[in-house]
Amino acid sequence: MARFVIRRLLQSAVVLLGVTLVVFLLLQLVPGDPVRVALGTRFDPQTYEALRARAGLDQPLVVQYFDYLRRALTGDLGVSFRSGRPVTAIVLERLPATLSLAVTAVVFAMAVAFPLGIVSAIRSGSLVDHAARVFSQFGVSVPDFWMGIMGILLFSGVLGWLPPSGYVALTEDPGRWASHVALPAATVGLVTASILTRFIRSSMLEVLSEDYVRTAEAKGLRTRVVVLRHVLRNALIPVVTVVAVQLASLLGGVIVIEVLFAWPGIGRLTYDAVAARDYPVLQGAVLLVAALFLLVNLLVDILYARLDPRITVK
Amino acid sequence: MSEQTINHEGQLRRVLAALRRDPLALTGSLVLVVLVVVGVGGSWLAPSGINEVNVDQMLQPPSWAHPFGTDELGRDVLSRVMVAARVSLQVGLVSVGIALVVGATLGLFAGYYRGWLDNVLMRCMDVLFAFPVLLLAVAIVAVLGPGLVTAMVAIGVVYTPIFARVTRAGVLSVREQVFVRAAVSVGASDLRIMRRHVLPNIAAPLIVQTSLSLAFAILSEAALSFLGLGVQPPDPAWGRMLFDGRGFVTDAWWLGFFPGAAIFLTVLAFNLVGDALRDVLDPRQLTVSEARRSTA
Repeated sequence: MARFVIRRLLQSAVVLLGVTLVVFLLLQLVPGDPVRVALGTRFDPQTYEALRARAGLDQPLVVQYFDYLRRALTGDLGVSFRSGRPVTAIVLERLPATLSLAVTAVVFAMAVAFPLGIVSAIRSGSLVDHAARVFSQFGVSVPDFWMGIMGILLFSGVLGWLPPSGYVALTEDPGRWASHVALPAATVGLVTASILTRFIRSSMLEVLSEDYVRTAEAKGLRTRVVVLRHVLRNALIPVVTVVAVQLASLLGGVIVIEVLFAWPGIGRLTYDAVAARDYPVLQGAVLLVAALFLLVNLLVDILYARLDPRITVK
Repeated sequence: MSEQTINHEGQLRRVLAALRRDPLALTGSLVLVVLVVVGVGGSWLAPSGINEVNVDQMLQPPSWAHPFGTDELGRDVLSRVMVAARVSLQVGLVSVGIALVVGATLGLFAGYYRGWLDNVLMRCMDVLFAFPVLLLAVAIVAVLGPGLVTAMVAIGVVYTPIFARVTRAGVLSVREQVFVRAAVSVGASDLRIMRRHVLPNIAAPLIVQTSLSLAFAILSEAALSFLGLGVQPPDPAWGRMLFDGRGFVTDAWWLGFFPGAAIFLTVLAFNLVGDALRDVLDPRQLTVSEARRSTA
């Protein structure tokens, strides 16, 4: 187990190093001078020189990269070309909004997918099973932003139950936060739920065909006991991975949904940074998201190996 | 006629027969045929010009004259939806083409030569995999500048790793087969072995991955267009039409409904055909949901 963890840690460190290189090179790909492009009509020689020096653009490329890496390791991701504020602070400010949306969406998805996936596997071939399969095919094919627009039309325009967009912090007013998060979380959650349902169903079906399940049934245990004690416990091990990976990808900011619902999270920040050509903020947001994604994947692999010791052997 | 060609013809017949037997796959195939016809002939088939502004006809609901209604500038939504089909197909095909050619080449070399080359190439793919798909595509378009070509390149880049992994996995099992070892022993060059013996035997998973990736690429293009990073106005794109229509959605539902329904039907059609192809060609491969999870 220890060797497995060390190996995964080293792999993740190498990939993270590659991620920093890609993020660093993003700025180099900007045609022309990125600071000049970012300043646009607000160009002023003093600001220009200051921003170039602060971004280290007057140094050779290799020096720039190692400088970027050294600063990133200490949590310094540069300053915004627009506001002059530290990028780390700007990105971290947006994290709670994204976190609250992602967690709510995943909880919603689990509430829909677990009962649907389990029943669909136990009653394979039934009406519920067919409905679950149609639902999961629908979920993977529908653009989430279209569902969001249709949600706004129905719940905001026609029924008038929910606000069409906006954000209230959970700590400020939990009731209003809930009414604002409901639509975006349900939109993202339904797509996640369709992916989870399919996975839970196939994982359950696989375990249901195992010999020990047949043994449990043969010795006269009730279906409820067999499912709860023997099937679910084993079938849910791989599902843990999927839930965590889904959460990690949602933490990356569901850009389109955050833009549609004016949700001030990481995704919206990325969009605004693109529109304003604020490259350091774009780099900071992308780096943070990729690092989070890697970290969650690493934790999931370790957790998975603990739950199922066969993984470390493989 | 070589035995290989005969086998491929047999496989093609098997695929067509399976598509005909599966009503969902058949429906998906028909939708795709209609889509291609509309995509190719959209400008001629469209009842009105896509940029014909008509201030007297602003935000008209669906009617016989305008079956999908009109937008905030009085333009016919049906015509714009039809012409936008070309953009979606074009971006889907070109970006997946880029991902297939680059990814399969990298995966082929990595799996065939193994060693340091395999390590370096696959670690590079791991790095690209560490970014959520849309975020990386947005970042690439942001630095290169928005537009159709950059959107195609960006989507191509983000889907390259999945093709590299699928190809490498296939090559690893094929290169140990007796016929490959026989080709090596008679002195065939590496390139010949890869082209004549390895590639044809890993075609099935690549075809399945291509079909499923087309669906995801069209969704990604719609998302980029929605963010204003794809096709630029006044040219129509389904995602962009949704973005422009979102402000009017409570008063003019058709602006939000029809372009989104077009994206949904297209992606659904590719997924249905992809699933059916997988069942015939490569039953062990991931389902659409799992493939989407692995590329999320």
